[in-house]
Amino acid sequence: MKIELSDWRQLLRPGDYVLLLFATVAVAASYPLAWRSQQNAQRVRIFANGTLFAERDLSGPARLAVPGPLGDTIVEIADGRVRIAADPGPRQYCVNAGWLEHAGQLAVCLPNRTAIELPTAVPRYDSLSY
Amino acid sequence: MRRLILHPIRHTPIPKRDTLPEDVPADPMPSVPTLRATSEDKQVAHMAAVAIGLSMIDAAFPSPIPGIKPGLANIVTLIALQWYGWRVTAWVVGLRVIASALLVGSLLTPGFWLSLAGAGCSLLILAPFSRLPKRWLGPVGLSVIAAMFHLLGQWLVARYWLIPSAGLVYLLPPLATAALITGCINGLIAARWLTQHPHSTPIETGP
Repeated sequence: MKIELSDWRQLLRPGDYVLLLFATVAVAASYPLAWRSQQNAQRVRIFANGTLFAERDLSGPARLAVPGPLGDTIVEIADGRVRIAADPGPRQYCVNAGWLEHAGQLAVCLPNRTAIELPTAVPRYDSLSY
Repeated sequence: MRRLILHPIRHTPIPKRDTLPEDVPADPMPSVPTLRATSEDKQVAHMAAVAIGLSMIDAAFPSPIPGIKPGLANIVTLIALQWYGWRVTAWVVGLRVIASALLVGSLLTPGFWLSLAGAGCSLLILAPFSRLPKRWLGPVGLSVIAAMFHLLGQWLVARYWLIPSAGLVYLLPPLATAALITGCINGLIAARWLTQHPHSTPIETGP
């Protein structure tokens, strides 16, 4: 049985073309929308001495001094990213962590007992089997 | 609600009381309840049987990516929609979801809830769309929109109940692409079938 292209075209009604067009546009648009919006975290949570010190939006530029036992840890927020700009700790691990922008990242300044975290929704299940 | 007509089977024909001969004993089993299938029941059963068969093929289909399945049973959904309307289709889909879950052994597992959410969501969107004039909207359009809403229903259940993680949004674009393609193919198959069989074949009605 030979099937011509025109045979298949006859199967489509005007509304089918409209819905196909809508669906194709929606699918095409979903790539940039879904894959960009999630890459960057929206908020940062700043901890001092084990308790939440502040929760800030990542959009605006800001500089915060977070007090700790050794002195102030300086948290800098700019362009949807956040970093520990300065810390009184001896090894500077959290400063060297650099800019954080992805949800789930964190930088901890253990000696000064301060930390920044980009929160994610915590999965309720440890695992899921099919 | 579906009407299940309970009616008694009598083993012996009951003569009228006034003509009852003295030697005929009383009916030993007065009534055995049985289900009489209406013609709509037979339509539902007929379509659901084919749909369950196709969903078994679907379940055995080697999927390149988890979550992507051809959804062949939806060809039956589209044909049922054209032949019998939305009500019968809803029954066909519901029976297919439950029966194929029983056969695969996934009843009440996450996979079952995903399947139920997808089926329910696509039925909801098909309710208004299937009432549009058939001259303007055919099986392909219905299939594509149903596939999209099937995915949406599944994704919402996965995102907010099974795996409440923001990361699930990453899966949406590739799954939507697959839904668009499989929706298109299933719609074309159903549309082609319906040009050759525009009306339902009469189902043999037994006793």
